[in-house]
Amino acid sequence: MRTSKIALAIALAGVAAGVAAQKSATQAIDEYRAMLADGNPADLFEAKGESLWKQKRGPKSASLEACDLGKGPGVVKGAFVELPRYFADTGKVQDLETRLITCMERLQGFNAAEIAKTPFGKGEMANVTALATFVAAESKGLPFNLPQAHPQEKTFYEAGKRLFFMRGGTHDFSCATCHGEDGKRIRLQDLPNLTKNPGDGVGFAAWPAYRVSNGQMWSMQLRLNDCYRQQRFPYPEFGSDALTALSTYLGVNAKGAKSAAPAIKR
Amino acid sequence: MADPMRIRAQSQGGNAVVRVLMSHEMETGQRKDSAGKTIPAWHITNVTATHNGKPVLNAEWGPAVAKNPFLQFTVKGAKAGDKIAVTWKDNKGDTRTDEAAVS
Repeated sequence: MRTSKIALAIALAGVAAGVAAQKSATQAIDEYRAMLADGNPADLFEAKGESLWKQKRGPKSASLEACDLGKGPGVVKGAFVELPRYFADTGKVQDLETRLITCMERLQGFNAAEIAKTPFGKGEMANVTALATFVAAESKGLPFNLPQAHPQEKTFYEAGKRLFFMRGGTHDFSCATCHGEDGKRIRLQDLPNLTKNPGDGVGFAAWPAYRVSNGQMWSMQLRLNDCYRQQRFPYPEFGSDALTALSTYLGVNAKGAKSAAPAIKR
Repeated sequence: MADPMRIRAQSQGGNAVVRVLMSHEMETGQRKDSAGKTIPAWHITNVTATHNGKPVLNAEWGPAVAKNPFLQFTVKGAKAGDKIAVTWKDNKGDTRTDEAAVS
């Protein structure tokens, strides 16, 4: 009896030590992130995006300053936290990146289909990411408030929800497999629970973000593609309704959370 | 032309702490592309800083410096309103100068 009590005490001590070590690892990562955040290279992309926004470019030699991101032509501040939303002029629900490409086509005369086919980080697509970084940064600290008044916006939310829980691929994974519960981790990465707030306010609200590991600026579309890659599932096409629907689902769930984009990621 | 730098200079106890973020690929020349061809080296070779036009820093850099480099240094005796200018040169002959006032 006596020995078993001691054994139990040792086992408990072991658990306590394990918890303490785990906590310090998380803390260490937080400290590392705080160090990175001072001098976030996303600033460089933000500055590039701002000059691209004002510059006269494209076959029509026009700037994007008349671009309507949902809050009227030329209004950038606060636009990011209300996207994706329904746009009457295209008759579609659009996210930030596809909307920027629409503006680039209509105002500047670029070929939208060609930009959508360009790989991430190359040519005009790199400019779209920089522009998205600039637009997102202008809404930093504002609460997410995606409109859900239009029937299409509701449809996109429901479709996004289904996609989030749809299992597929060789691993039979869904987005919810990793992001449907509190307190999950992959190695040392905390995984936000994207089905509710504040989880979504951490996950969705942090993109576009700069990834230190590969030195690239990542947009939301690229981030979602990477999730599909990890599910061993084919990527949805750039600007596809599937990605917009997923963004709508995540964005609506993030309601009230303050935007932290552009963030910095390991 | 190269993208702009972000320079922040804050006065701190009679000195100025300068933090610079540069936009550069910093390709080492050691990597290969998907076709197996070596990607040519492309990196910053020289960084200089001036305080009101007077040189205060001169650094030689090589391929070991990370992409989008971050540089922090302290300028002794710099006061609010003083001008800090930073210039980099890379091995392709490209150069970029940006200036900031100490706040």
